[in-house]
Amino acid sequence: DSWWSHVEMGPPDPILGVTEAFKRDTNSKKMNLGVGAYRDDNGKPFVLNCVRKAEAMIASKKMDKEYLPIAGLADFTRASAELALGENSEAFKSGRYVTVQGISGTGSLRIGANFLQRFFKSSRDVYLPKPSWGNHTPIFRDAGLQLQAYRYYDPKTCSLDFSGAMDDISKIPEKSIILLHACAHNPTGVDPRQEQWKELAAMVKKRNLLVYFDMAYQGFASGDINRDAWAVRHFIEQGINVVLSQSYAKNMGLYGERAGAFTVICSDAEEAKRVESQLKILIRPMYSNPPLNGARIASIILNTPDLRKEWLVEVKGMADRIISMRNQLVSNLKKEGSSHNWQHITDQIGMFCFTGLKPEQVERLIKEFSIYMTKDGRISVAGVTSGNVGYLAHAIHQVTK
Amino acid sequence: MLSRKCTGQFFQVLPGAGGRRGLCPRAPSQAPSVCPAVEGTALPLLAAYRTDEGQPWVLPVVKKVEQMIANDNSLNHEYLPILGLPEFRANASRIALGDDSPAIKENRIGSVQSLGGTGALRIGAEFLRRWYNGNNNTATPVYVSAPSWENHNSVFTDAGFKDIRTYHYWDAAKRGLDLQGLLGDMEKAPEFSIFILHACAHNPTGTDPTPDQWKQIAAVMKRRFLFPFFDSAYQGFASGSLDKDAWAVRYFVSEGFELFCAQSFSKNFGLYNERVGNLTVVGKDADNVQRVLSQMEKIVRTTWSNPPSQGARIVATTLSSPQLFAEWKDNVKTMADRVLLMRSELRSRLESLGTPGTWNHITEQIGMFSFTGLNPKQVEYMIKEKHIYLMASGRINMCGLTTKNLDYVAKSIHEAVTKIQ
Repeated sequence: DSWWSHVEMGPPDPILGVTEAFKRDTNSKKMNLGVGAYRDDNGKPFVLNCVRKAEAMIASKKMDKEYLPIAGLADFTRASAELALGENSEAFKSGRYVTVQGISGTGSLRIGANFLQRFFKSSRDVYLPKPSWGNHTPIFRDAGLQLQAYRYYDPKTCSLDFSGAMDDISKIPEKSIILLHACAHNPTGVDPRQEQWKELAAMVKKRNLLVYFDMAYQGFASGDINRDAWAVRHFIEQGINVVLSQSYAKNMGLYGERAGAFTVICSDAEEAKRVESQLKILIRPMYSNPPLNGARIASIILNTPDLRKEWLVEVKGMADRIISMRNQLVSNLKKEGSSHNWQHITDQIGMFCFTGLKPEQVERLIKEFSIYMTKDGRISVAGVTSGNVGYLAHAIHQVTK
Repeated sequence: MLSRKCTGQFFQVLPGAGGRRGLCPRAPSQAPSVCPAVEGTALPLLAAYRTDEGQPWVLPVVKKVEQMIANDNSLNHEYLPILGLPEFRANASRIALGDDSPAIKENRIGSVQSLGGTGALRIGAEFLRRWYNGNNNTATPVYVSAPSWENHNSVFTDAGFKDIRTYHYWDAAKRGLDLQGLLGDMEKAPEFSIFILHACAHNPTGTDPTPDQWKQIAAVMKRRFLFPFFDSAYQGFASGSLDKDAWAVRYFVSEGFELFCAQSFSKNFGLYNERVGNLTVVGKDADNVQRVLSQMEKIVRTTWSNPPSQGARIVATTLSSPQLFAEWKDNVKTMADRVLLMRSELRSRLESLGTPGTWNHITEQIGMFSFTGLNPKQVEYMIKEKHIYLMASGRINMCGLTTKNLDYVAKSIHEAVTKIQ
């Protein structure tokens, strides 16, 4: 009778589904540690001051609403490339790159995935770290690629399984695609140290792999945009022509404005032009051209010296608050009398923390304490405040003692 | 030690045919190689409205609502839900289907906020490829009108469909709809084929079926189990009336069809660069629609995760306030009326000049575009000698006409038609 009788009900999105369950909960002590959106110390969404200022500038200029070019706002894409690569980057200065505006991180990843599917004929395999952001797999799959994995997180130590990673990567077939989280690995918060990044770079070069960096947290991880982009820059300096996806959702708080970018480092500027033309051919049948608002805000911030300075201070402020919450969580757990080693909470970096909690323990936290997180034990530290960190420590202790 | 040269071998990338870089960034493949640059005679190639001064127009109601949004400190930039802003989705679909739509009353509609009309088409296409006519049936024929917006083909191709066909639409000889050809193609199409229908203001011909012709089309589609996928990019903009421009979609709904309607608010709200669109889904019942939406959510999640908030807020605020809604309808009518005026003025000038041929199609066609009937040589003359830019197909953007350039354009067409055959 209906065309859709055989259409199955799709499972609820695991990450965003957490927020939906949280919203329905009536417990006054409830905590949403699910989705990765920053909250201030009052648990409220935080609109950066530099964003408000940029918006005021935009409002006063009374611009028209004409379509952007397919590749997006040029001032934005150029500033985005410079932010990632560094103003002194040879690749940036020589113009041997193309950056197109994307729909935040997801859209940028997807453009890249589609581009690789169409033009990277050496392999259909994308190697993800184990674990990775849950949406990576369906993005690459829907783009027509296959997913493989390399060891990354060591659940025994709640830190990087470096020898496992190096071992697995050494065996990846040449000219495969490897995805790396540039900083603040999602979901574990476990990043390689610089020495380890150097070894990883040498290994992927040796294996002749195509490197796809996902950088969703530049500035947000350590508080320093240059430090957070170190791995990306190092790889490029080593002669590895990476592809890169950037998001401004977290580091500028522009979540719903969907500001992001996809970059391809090329052999030369001429190759970059050809690559750009093909990216546009991919974008046009997806959504024609990107939304202006978020990109314009980001562009004004990046390109206006005072606002850029202010932004750097604010993004450091967000990173610092998260680091502080990590410290407080650990000290509170000690106070609760927990005998477990919680050092990984402060060793890990960025918005997320892999607590090491098991699914049954997570289930209890949700049901008994109204503390919401994803089943893998990942918490968004951004959802922790000085007001609720004690409650969180207490609850974690209850389910782990 | 690998040299950079080795990594350069990863991409065997040839230049794309997307048009000259930096000049006509969104020009379709048949666009002339130079963008309009001459003041006073420039006709915007692309689908964007212009005032009588030849300027882009931010709708007064949009300015007002943007100011409201800017002044509202309680608003933030948090993620929208995957399917979009609820107030936007409900209002957007209501605009397409009508306040008294039986489908809305029976709770059997769904909406997906999308990145413009293109985004809505793409989500719909991706869903159909996965779930329509079996599972992942990439062989289902998709019919696009001849001619159509050139991106239709690409949207469905990139969504995975392998068999894109055309259906007769434009009759060049009589400069009108080739209804017999169209109906003939529908009779011959394999059952369950997907047909992309322009809800109003057909792009690029400006030629729409009459209500009676739509009824004939619907009858054949029903009998042959063909799937209607409406592309509604100009609601309100075509005739000046939202209801009139939605007549075809609503008729199909009243005939019991399950259908998709990709809506764009780029033109009728002038929100081009905010990428405001909506995919309206009409199903047999709420349960079916719910399951469809749950699968569309998965598609959205790997395409853009969740849609941009600014444009949706503007539209939602406007549509949900009776006063702002009235203002908006008025702004839309302003745009539509100006285009209708330019059409009638151009036609009357051509007829006064005695330009060979008949010119009633200029006023019979509707919407932003007109298929003038000029052949490629005549078009070349217009571009090279008169600096008036139209597509090789003879498509003109009526929005580019102003009271100041009407005489010049009419005289130029006259010259082109009399000098070049």
